[in-house]
Amino acid sequence: MTVELVRGQNAPLPQTRLEIRVSAGKPIVAGATLSDAQGKVRGAEWIAHPGSPQLPGLEVSQQAAADHRLAVDLEALPDAVERVNVLLALPVGVGGPVRFGAVAAPFVAVTGLDGAEVASYTITDLDPESAVVALELYLRNGAWKVRAVGQGYAGGLAEMLADQGLAQAREIATQILDAVARGMARSVAAPPPRTAETDRVRRTAATAGPAGEHGAAAAASQPSPAPQPAAPQPPTTPQPSAAGSGGASAPPETPSTSGVNYAHPSRRPAAAAPPTPPPAAPPAQPGQPAQPVAGDATGWSMEERLYNQVWGMFEDLARTTAAYRSAVDFAESRMEQELDKVLSDPRSRIGGTGDAAREAARAKQAKLVDQAREVLDRDLAQLKAEADVVEPALPPAFAAWDNPVWHAYRVPMEVPMALRLGDLHLPESADVRIPLLMRLPLERGLWIDAGRSSSGSVTFHDSAELHRLAMETAVALAARLLAVYPPGDFAVHAIDAGGSAAGPLAPLLQSGVMAQPSGYGAAGVTEVLARLTKRVELVQMAVRGGATDALPPDLDTAEQLLIVNDFPHGFDDRAVTQLRYLADEGPAVGVHLMLVADREDASAYGPVLDPLWRSLLRLTPVPDDHLADPWIGHAWTYQPALVPPGSAVLQQVLGQVAHARREWGR
Amino acid sequence: MTVNMTKGQAISLQKSDGGTLTAVRMGLGWQAAPRRGLFGSRTREIDLDASAVLFADKQPVDVVFFRHLVSDDGSVRHTGDNLVGGAGQGGDDESILVDLARVPVHIDQIVFTVNSFTGQTFQEVQNAFCRLVDETNGQEMARYTLDGGGQYTAQIMAKVHRSGTGWTMTALGQPANGRTFQDLMPAILPHL
Repeated sequence: MTVELVRGQNAPLPQTRLEIRVSAGKPIVAGATLSDAQGKVRGAEWIAHPGSPQLPGLEVSQQAAADHRLAVDLEALPDAVERVNVLLALPVGVGGPVRFGAVAAPFVAVTGLDGAEVASYTITDLDPESAVVALELYLRNGAWKVRAVGQGYAGGLAEMLADQGLAQAREIATQILDAVARGMARSVAAPPPRTAETDRVRRTAATAGPAGEHGAAAAASQPSPAPQPAAPQPPTTPQPSAAGSGGASAPPETPSTSGVNYAHPSRRPAAAAPPTPPPAAPPAQPGQPAQPVAGDATGWSMEERLYNQVWGMFEDLARTTAAYRSAVDFAESRMEQELDKVLSDPRSRIGGTGDAAREAARAKQAKLVDQAREVLDRDLAQLKAEADVVEPALPPAFAAWDNPVWHAYRVPMEVPMALRLGDLHLPESADVRIPLLMRLPLERGLWIDAGRSSSGSVTFHDSAELHRLAMETAVALAARLLAVYPPGDFAVHAIDAGGSAAGPLAPLLQSGVMAQPSGYGAAGVTEVLARLTKRVELVQMAVRGGATDALPPDLDTAEQLLIVNDFPHGFDDRAVTQLRYLADEGPAVGVHLMLVADREDASAYGPVLDPLWRSLLRLTPVPDDHLADPWIGHAWTYQPALVPPGSAVLQQVLGQVAHARREWGR
Repeated sequence: MTVNMTKGQAISLQKSDGGTLTAVRMGLGWQAAPRRGLFGSRTREIDLDASAVLFADKQPVDVVFFRHLVSDDGSVRHTGDNLVGGAGQGGDDESILVDLARVPVHIDQIVFTVNSFTGQTFQEVQNAFCRLVDETNGQEMARYTLDGGGQYTAQIMAKVHRSGTGWTMTALGQPANGRTFQDLMPAILPHL
């Protein structure tokens, strides 16, 4: 069982006798320090390095090399040791690279004695650092674990050792590097680096130029090209300027000397690289209430952090409101009890004592409610401040239509994590609106309810008006989906048996993003449903049979969205059955439903359609409190994500999508 | 400064520097049942459960236990059920965190309890302990040792209650019997 660790991740160690294998494209120094429970290295005798390669329970190589094997026996370590830090450093003064940004990403693996890999870690995103703590093996609750650290030090070994609490860090660092330099004299050239992973190829290509660090030995063992004179740094590859120097983002400027360079010269490799560690959100000022910061949550990318932050705000608002409501309910019930007591007490009927007691009970209630309100207001202010910094930072998929980010819209290359379906708020918090973010791809269909809301708050809309609003909501959501998927990865179909939705559908048809005309009449309904049903069946068969490459070449691989206007108008029993099939089986194979319907219209079907309604997420075209949160179950008022009146942003965005599709021929 | 509690002892705890508590944690740890012979997995595991009951004026308002891990207001969080125990002397196997700043204004007492869900008495449980930690600095404030404690299956550990503007903790250490916190309600009420 191998675990590919990412920075900060840990994994349990099944045994105590281990080998740690290190490989890097260039000779590097590998060592280890032992530290106690406080993370302090107690002295020079707790460091294993090329000058002093053996400690009880630990052995490292005596020289710098491109590949290392460190032997560790955790049980043989001194008793006070609770942590083993595996560190790598670049040798100094031997003409090699002076920063990890100029070598291939070092790869570290923890293996058992039989060679079976337990965990591995590729240390990426190093640049000016010349020393790095790669892994730590640490004791937690009596069991040893390994964690990927990847902490680099631009100041080299001396800075790293000083960070581990060693007073004489500088002397020891010098001693280690001297030992390495002595060892270097008898070392052979590094073997050509592995080129299996694209990541590594790219980095190698950028840095393979300098062959000079080992002088004659290198020249003899490397088949090409002409040996460089054994000059010290700088390497012959033009060093990218500091601005673009992150090894990953700098395109190779010279062709590789050790094979074909498969990297696209201008494509940024961000997508292929392992998840980048987040640029840390600025820490809160100590002693002050934390300033809200956009992206102040966990996640591998800014998008994921914002998503988590929005959900965190959602939960906090739900819980803080629950606290307020619970306090108010309690205050009410206590007051009622006390008033009852006053009423039933015969003494209170004489004189003013009864009134005084009633007064006291009311005052007690008012005081508690005030206190609760104060706490709620404090929390709401905090959440409002957070929403104010988060909203402008949201990417298009998470942003409302009135967010300026939509005006700077560019067609995306990747499917986003989630989509904003609208806003949520509670009666207590009308000015704090939480984006309702739904994960993509959609896991269930959507039902835009064109019927009268149960709360009766929208009686002023007549039914035709409601229907039009529902269809506009559906189109705004469909346009959003089209815009946030890469062009051609999302297709929209519409069934409009009665032809009543031509107006709202116009933006989709005019911009050309919805290529096919909507299904009109019963025949159109049958045709569209049959096509999608066949697609679901084919893809399911292919997936189950493990033969996704056997799909017919004309099959559109894009996710499909079917907007059904005015369900069940134009549907016969067979079509209804097909629709239910699509609702149940479609989402797993990329076919999604969006029903615009009034449940009343389908009442003739009786309860047989209940499962269909339940399987869809109900949204309303007008604000309505029908969505429950997963923690407390408050009724949240949902407000759909609609384009502000008079805004042309929808047409503009769809125009760009259509243009990109034509451009890419999809 | 840890106070080693004995059964029935009750003391008030203030932070040693005179400040008020802002976050506390009740940790519970015990040793897993020993495995014996063939079919070792058939040995009866010991499942202790930590719970916290939130009271407003002697009425239970909310409870945090293994079926409801976070109080509705979010102030009390249970880190998850442990069904088998751990090493016993090491870390906590179950813990409940209380963010006192977030506790709703009407909640005035929070009572912590421990139950043996599988029915073993504390006499049979090895190395069980229960401790209260000031979460802001990790300092242990009180510790009980539950083993050898007698023929009972539950203990009402402690309560945290409002006093003035801050909070005070009183260790109760009242033995009782019951499978979950519901069985303990009659035993808790006299302590409110």
